[in-house]
Amino acid sequence: MPQRIVIVGGGVGGTIVANVLARKLHADEAEITVIDATGEHQYMPGWLYLPFNHSAGIELSRSERSLLNAHVKLVVGHVSQINTQDRELRVLQTGGGDSKGKTGKGKPTDAAGMLTIPYDYLVLGTGARLAPEDLPGLHEAEDKWQHFYSLDGALRLRSALDTFEGGRIVLAIGGIPYRCPPAPLEFVFLLDEWLEHRGLRQKTEIHYTFPLNRVFPIESVAEVAAPLLEQRGIKTTVFFNTEAVDTERQVISSLEGEELPYDLLVMVPPHRGAQVIENSGLGDGQGWIPTHRETLEVKNVERVYALGDATDLPVSKSGSAAHFEAKVIASRIEAEVRGEEPDPKHGLYTGEVMCFLETGHNHATQLVFDYEHPPRPPRPSLYYHMEKQLFNRAYWYIVPQGHV
Amino acid sequence: MADTLDIVVDKEIDARGSFCPGPLMELIRGMKTLPIGGTLAVLSGDPGSLKDIPAWLAKAGHELLATEPHEGYTRFVARKAR
Repeated sequence: MPQRIVIVGGGVGGTIVANVLARKLHADEAEITVIDATGEHQYMPGWLYLPFNHSAGIELSRSERSLLNAHVKLVVGHVSQINTQDRELRVLQTGGGDSKGKTGKGKPTDAAGMLTIPYDYLVLGTGARLAPEDLPGLHEAEDKWQHFYSLDGALRLRSALDTFEGGRIVLAIGGIPYRCPPAPLEFVFLLDEWLEHRGLRQKTEIHYTFPLNRVFPIESVAEVAAPLLEQRGIKTTVFFNTEAVDTERQVISSLEGEELPYDLLVMVPPHRGAQVIENSGLGDGQGWIPTHRETLEVKNVERVYALGDATDLPVSKSGSAAHFEAKVIASRIEAEVRGEEPDPKHGLYTGEVMCFLETGHNHATQLVFDYEHPPRPPRPSLYYHMEKQLFNRAYWYIVPQGHV
Repeated sequence: MADTLDIVVDKEIDARGSFCPGPLMELIRGMKTLPIGGTLAVLSGDPGSLKDIPAWLAKAGHELLATEPHEGYTRFVARKAR
């Protein structure tokens, strides 16, 4: 009997786990299924460039089916319940899923159109969701603030910038943790450049706020970024944990007791774990899955792994972390299916993350770190910007497949 | 190392090895989900936390109950005051 490996979420992490396992395990060893809510794989880092029309040549999405190994089955639907006692999922199928029609086989649908999908191994790559309801003032006035944390949000921000004629633009963090810690810094650097090109920089004050006592969590990176912000005339307020947004008065206030007025507000919206994680009682107070920092097993549950944004790990919520974690999970499941011990090197996550930080004007720097080693970012240069731009395009050919 | 003397808390976060987002961000995140009067411990291996964590707690008006030195890391214990 092949082992049933079910992966929830066709993001970067889930897709890599599926593709690597499909190559490593024979069909008589494992049956691999990916369940994805939309069937579309998004390249989220591309959203940062959209408001500035810098996204030409960057593909923002592809069909998940086109990225999956032919041996992997795809179910397009919403997982409504994860039952780790009986090792099965309840799924409301919403799309065609596998064009080869494999997905329905052996998976009964009940009167409500729900599939029951049993598993022997489960991988949760359920990601993060935006939760504006977590910050007073945001949810009630969704059209009165901006963000670039979804495709729609980034497009709406582009429209808002198109008609912007000057004033004060405030960037604030609505809650922590949030996806891609460097993104807010990158945003203000790219905004500064864009305003300059539009001839609006003199008429605009950019105000960057950050929850900690420096402009970025990592001191070595803050030391590179802070002088750049100053050079570009970008104002900063640190120790600013947004507590409420008043879209009528156009003022945001912080947990630390400060108020900031704005003309255009760009928020990093509060994030939470996926609804199904909260509904299934698998998450902490914010829906993040308690995960072992090295084995990536979900704590106190057997044969369940978690990766990427979905975990409660103290690493950045980024495609890069998910990418490295996926390799670890694939290695562990491969060993377990074969009744072997996990590989002591490839079967443990060391906290590895590698990402870029765009600093505007065609420059970028690079952050490489793990649990033991803090990043030592090189001086921003054209080289790293080009590398990032190359990655933005090469992603589709090398990353989801698990080739790198 | 006298773990038995450590203050018992409502929630403990192991942020050792966290450079990004980092121990302070884990502490702020933990504080937000805690009820007023609740206690939280954060383990940090980052020497910078010795400065950052007390500074933020003071700024945000929360109480630092203890700074417990351990081999290779520090355990910060705080109470949510407001």
